[in-house]
Amino acid sequence: MSSEAVLQGRSSRGIIRQILREPLLGPLLALVLAVIIFSLVSETFLAPYNLSLILQQSVVVGILAVGQTLIILTAGIDLSIGAVAVLGTIVMAQAAGAGGPLVALAATFLVCVALGAVNGGLVTVLRLPPFIVTLGTFTAIQAATRLLAGSQTYQVPQGPLTFLGTSFSIGRFNTTYGVVAMLLVYLFVWYALSQTAWGRHVYAVGGNINAARMSGIKSGRNLFSVYLATGVIAAIAAWAALGRIPNADPNAYQNANLESITAVVIGGTSLFGGRGGVVGTLIGTLIVGVLRNGLTLAGVDSLYQNIATGILVIVAVAVDQFARRRSL
Amino acid sequence: MFAQPTKRALSAGALALAGALAFGVAGCSGSSDSGGSDEQIKVGLVTKTDSNPFFVKLREAAQAQADASGAELISLAGAFDGDNEGQVAAIENLVSQGVQGILITPNSSSGILNAIKSARDAGVIVIALDTATEPEDAVDATFATDNLAAGVSQGEWVKATLGDTAPQIVMLDGTPGGTVDTFRHDGFLQGFGVEEGAAEIVGQENTNGDQTKAQTAMENLLQRAPGVNALYTINEPAAAGAYEAIKGAGLTDQVVIGSVDGSCTGVENVKNGVIGATVMQFPAKMAEQGVDAVVKYVQDGTKPSGFTDTGSQLITDTPVDGLDSKDTSWGAENCWG
Repeated sequence: MSSEAVLQGRSSRGIIRQILREPLLGPLLALVLAVIIFSLVSETFLAPYNLSLILQQSVVVGILAVGQTLIILTAGIDLSIGAVAVLGTIVMAQAAGAGGPLVALAATFLVCVALGAVNGGLVTVLRLPPFIVTLGTFTAIQAATRLLAGSQTYQVPQGPLTFLGTSFSIGRFNTTYGVVAMLLVYLFVWYALSQTAWGRHVYAVGGNINAARMSGIKSGRNLFSVYLATGVIAAIAAWAALGRIPNADPNAYQNANLESITAVVIGGTSLFGGRGGVVGTLIGTLIVGVLRNGLTLAGVDSLYQNIATGILVIVAVAVDQFARRRSL
Repeated sequence: MFAQPTKRALSAGALALAGALAFGVAGCSGSSDSGGSDEQIKVGLVTKTDSNPFFVKLREAAQAQADASGAELISLAGAFDGDNEGQVAAIENLVSQGVQGILITPNSSSGILNAIKSARDAGVIVIALDTATEPEDAVDATFATDNLAAGVSQGEWVKATLGDTAPQIVMLDGTPGGTVDTFRHDGFLQGFGVEEGAAEIVGQENTNGDQTKAQTAMENLLQRAPGVNALYTINEPAAAGAYEAIKGAGLTDQVVIGSVDGSCTGVENVKNGVIGATVMQFPAKMAEQGVDAVVKYVQDGTKPSGFTDTGSQLITDTPVDGLDSKDTSWGAENCWG
């Protein structure tokens, strides 16, 4: 992930030390441990079918969490991302009826990116706090979605719009193109964040926007591009959602924004910006998915699943806080 | 920017381990007999939410019936009304756990059909409770209230109680497009003997079955139609909300209120004169018959099919001639929630 850590680790201390200081170690250990525990508790947990289920169940929130990671890296937060995706599904379903699948996809991406631009514009041009901006847009978008849908659900015809729900097999492992799409989104954003100047600037802006500005980074433009990218990601999530359930329902995914924040935070990205990344978020997404599936298989009430997830979030933020205090 | 002290990673790991362990152990103690006997019949139940009294009753009755037949019941639920994703995940996880039958109250009558189809393809029978799917044969069988009949009972009682007075009807609906809502609405009109869009209908509003929304809607409708004397409500919370508005306007003697559901609060409201009559549903019957059907399927391969009406019963303390009804003391013994 981080070239500095890699350089420092190689030059001064041994490779073991380098692994131990890896910020992803905590989340990774938690994931491995959860997998071990659940495979002992339930015979079916490690079955290929079940592992595939965990991935499929993670797709929509997992994709949204990539967008959320970008925003949180800039020290912001996006409360509207789930609502944008739900609006995207309604737009896609309605445009599919009017103009066919390609028009529907184009309309969805257009609407989601436009809403990203609204969020981004309010944050960068008017310098409003992202929490307030997205709280406002969340409320407005949710209402607009219901108006547009007329409080009805719309069925989407099988075809390109439900493509991401199509399943295929690799050996005995059966999975969907939605899972592939999710992994591709992670790979792409991981590359953009870690291997491009744009990614460096995102970290710099998130770490200290004034310092970034003074060192010549066009911070406003960079911040705005993050919100646009999040709009694109929300549109992909909307597409994936229709793959999973070919019905656009204005009431669906009410907790998706919070679930995406949960995955990001458990994955070790700092809520204060500038530190973390999408690899952690993928691990965070999987931890939540494994917990939900594993505890269900073990016969634990869903409310305990929420308690477990809640504790993990607090643990993750506590770890981040300690790390910050120590590094300051 | 990434160079963090070693202790950070270690403490992260330790804390996360502690959390995961705590809940892993809870998992062990939660399922006393996972594994062991392959012979045991496993029945899955998926409700819309786990907090609505109707679904609580459904779950309790299913549990009791499963215990009586020596079957294991695994109850899951969506997180909120409209949580299709949660219901799909629940179906998938139940199939993964090896249940032989799934009982489901579908959130959306068409949104979760793919998951139901996968489950049936995997050899699991799926039975819809309370709400039918669209198409109805997407599941093996449906055990539910005949909501049209329930609406007809409500309409007939309100009409008979109103007698010869010229009717001015207000309808407090649930959510547009819901099958249950449409059936009850149409049933009421049929029982009352008026057509959709008739001049007798002086007001109509959606309430989502929510008491607060119903009260606001009724307050506003009373401004427009102060002469209303016949009120249809989608459920008992809507009726309770409407009553508050009618009481506020001082019109309680003028308006005849009918409702549907049969919760204990609703029956209590009928007893206290808040609601004139309600039509009781029987969630316990849906659950019991559903569990029995799965058990029978496992034992001798008999598959349930079609729509089974679990019945409804008019509850009122002011009966009218020619309409079968029970009083509120019978209602209090048979209510749910």
